[in-house]
Amino acid sequence: MKTLYQFHGGIHPPTNKTQSTQTPIRLAQLPVKLVIPLHQHVGNCAKPVVEAGDYVLKGQLIGRPDGHLSSAIHASTSGTIAAIDMQPVAHASGMADLCVTLIPDGLDKWIELAPCDDWQSLPHTELRHILRNAGVVGLGGAVFPSDMKLYAHKHKIKTLVLNGAECEPFITCDDLLMRERAGEILLGIEMMRTLLYAEEVLIGIEDNKPEAIAAMQAAVTAGGYARMEVIAVPTIYPGGGAKQLIRVLTGIEVAAGVRSTNLGVQCFNVGTAYSVWRAIRYGEPLISRVVTVTGNVAHPQNFDALIGTPMDELVAQADQLPGTTGYIMGGPMMGVLMPSMQVGMIKATNCIIASSDQLFPAAKPAVSCIRCTRCADVCPAELQPQELYWFAKAKNLDKAEDYHLFDCIECGACSYVCPSNIPLVQYYRFAKSEIWAQEAGKKAADAARERHEYRESRIEREKREKAEKLAAKEKAAQDARAQRAALAAVPETGTMPVAAENPVQQKIQAAIEHAKLQAAAAKPKNTEQLTPHQLAEIADIEARRARVRELAKDNTEE
Amino acid sequence: MISALLVMAAIAGILGAILGFAAIKFRVEGNPLVAKIDAVLPQTQCGQCGFPGCKPYATAIAEGVADINMCPPGGEEGIQKLADLLGMEFKPFGGETKPKPKSVAVIDESTCIGCTLCIQACPVDAIVGAAKQLHTIIAAECTGCELCVPPCPVDCILMVPIAENLSNWKWKYPVYALTVSSSGNAAL
Repeated sequence: MKTLYQFHGGIHPPTNKTQSTQTPIRLAQLPVKLVIPLHQHVGNCAKPVVEAGDYVLKGQLIGRPDGHLSSAIHASTSGTIAAIDMQPVAHASGMADLCVTLIPDGLDKWIELAPCDDWQSLPHTELRHILRNAGVVGLGGAVFPSDMKLYAHKHKIKTLVLNGAECEPFITCDDLLMRERAGEILLGIEMMRTLLYAEEVLIGIEDNKPEAIAAMQAAVTAGGYARMEVIAVPTIYPGGGAKQLIRVLTGIEVAAGVRSTNLGVQCFNVGTAYSVWRAIRYGEPLISRVVTVTGNVAHPQNFDALIGTPMDELVAQADQLPGTTGYIMGGPMMGVLMPSMQVGMIKATNCIIASSDQLFPAAKPAVSCIRCTRCADVCPAELQPQELYWFAKAKNLDKAEDYHLFDCIECGACSYVCPSNIPLVQYYRFAKSEIWAQEAGKKAADAARERHEYRESRIEREKREKAEKLAAKEKAAQDARAQRAALAAVPETGTMPVAAENPVQQKIQAAIEHAKLQAAAAKPKNTEQLTPHQLAEIADIEARRARVRELAKDNTEE
Repeated sequence: MISALLVMAAIAGILGAILGFAAIKFRVEGNPLVAKIDAVLPQTQCGQCGFPGCKPYATAIAEGVADINMCPPGGEEGIQKLADLLGMEFKPFGGETKPKPKSVAVIDESTCIGCTLCIQACPVDAIVGAAKQLHTIIAAECTGCELCVPPCPVDCILMVPIAENLSNWKWKYPVYALTVSSSGNAAL
């Protein structure tokens, strides 16, 4: 039995998971239309490679990765591209972003895939390339391009941590995935281990998912995997946070501003491992994922749904109940309210909760902080949330940063226990984005200063060069005038001593003499050892020249 | 008595020599305060403060010639930062000077005649073009200083405010609606 460690704080909210684990994963119906955003990952927005009106096949590339940190986007089914335009997306801002609208033709016809039976023979760069072009990103919520995390050369990775904790209430997509597709998840994990040269694999699953733990353990035994362990971790929110899970499994504390890879640990979600396997073994791009539909619905369950499926169509399949006020993407702790019910689900959509007033009553009005420090007791990042709140509220951003605002993982444990009902995380999010905006402004100002200073120095240099050129010209003209004057002065005095008196003149004279001598000494080249034929040619040319000279003389005389 | 005086004199001499050496060795060229003030200014180089750029304004502030509330692009936060830096009281914008929303210049390409006057006016080289060739603005480098607008003989440069989009969107400051109950008392 492995020794487990503890992280600071944590809470025990009602898990509400059993509602959606009663039935197996169901394949979602093909929707009427799909709205697929081109920016579903961390990094640059994918560049569209199709046009409105094009017919695309399932799995066909519609957005290619743009730049180093980016990922590909694919058509989730076969059909016609209706539009590529700005549409509201699944984002807290409720703003529009570039989306591809796809009208399915109902055939669900795959593009020709490139499966790979023997992935071990492929170079690792090639494997990462496949993942990038298959649009595989982290499905735990961060949607970071997975290929970028599967490099081993920078730091030696000792431990690969697989995150199956799924600590947030209501969400059960990883649970069901592990129960039903454990074998394929493990095959994906083995690929990740190979790419990272990791020694051991620790799969952390919270102990409220005994079926998933049993399924994974059985698959490990059946597959005969060495140094791979399925570990039941205590159910405590937010035990599924990457830093928290690493702490629990390995005892390693990932300090502020340090990446876990520096400490030899890399962490992936189990769903990502499954997608990695599908992408490499079958060549299938990431066009669908398991998503929990729960909350105010008659039949909460998990769907295997296509990316881009409008959320209302998906929720309808779980029989939405009246009184639904909106959809929350993610869990009740960290999820965000969707701007509209029609937005398409994205790669980050692990759960859709149909919200109702009954399920989530309106928050009680916030009152003053009484400095009870209950928030500090539960903070998994060991921060002082009450201080951070104080500074964020007063917009004292420097101070908030000094109190390690950026270590906050926005888990919401502090808001959950706050007796004054203060929406603490909202303040932290506000302060964080304010600081990011200020930093961006500062960067822009620095760039502007540099450009301005360069421009000033360039103008200065151009001025100087112009002045120097002018001065040089003037000096040359002056010299010429002086020389002319000196030459003019010679006949007046009638004697040569002028030259003798003027050393410059003397030097010039000497140079002229020298040149004359050289010219006299110079001999025509290639005039020796000539063949009779060449000699005859030369004579011919000379005769012609003489004739021309004669003719010219005659002409002038006439 | 004498020895004590001598010892003190010797110490004074040695310390004086060290200080004198340090003053030469670690001499700071220019006024470091100017650089600090310049770092706070937004570097639009717009001249709205009445000085020919951010650095001259910073120099003027350091010399005590200029007020700290003359930089509209810096906004009120800018004044606050200058006040904090210089240990002064916050001073609101006076009279006509008011911050405008951040904008970028856009050239109407169908009207541009390629005269290069705007290129010469741009303080950060953010306009690309050549004589009798269409000009365009590198939006990412444009500081929104508006210096290119007046020289244009055909008025083809527009200042377009930067709209909020997904990349510059910010979480808003939490606000709560205050409702007035029927009894007339304000409640949260």
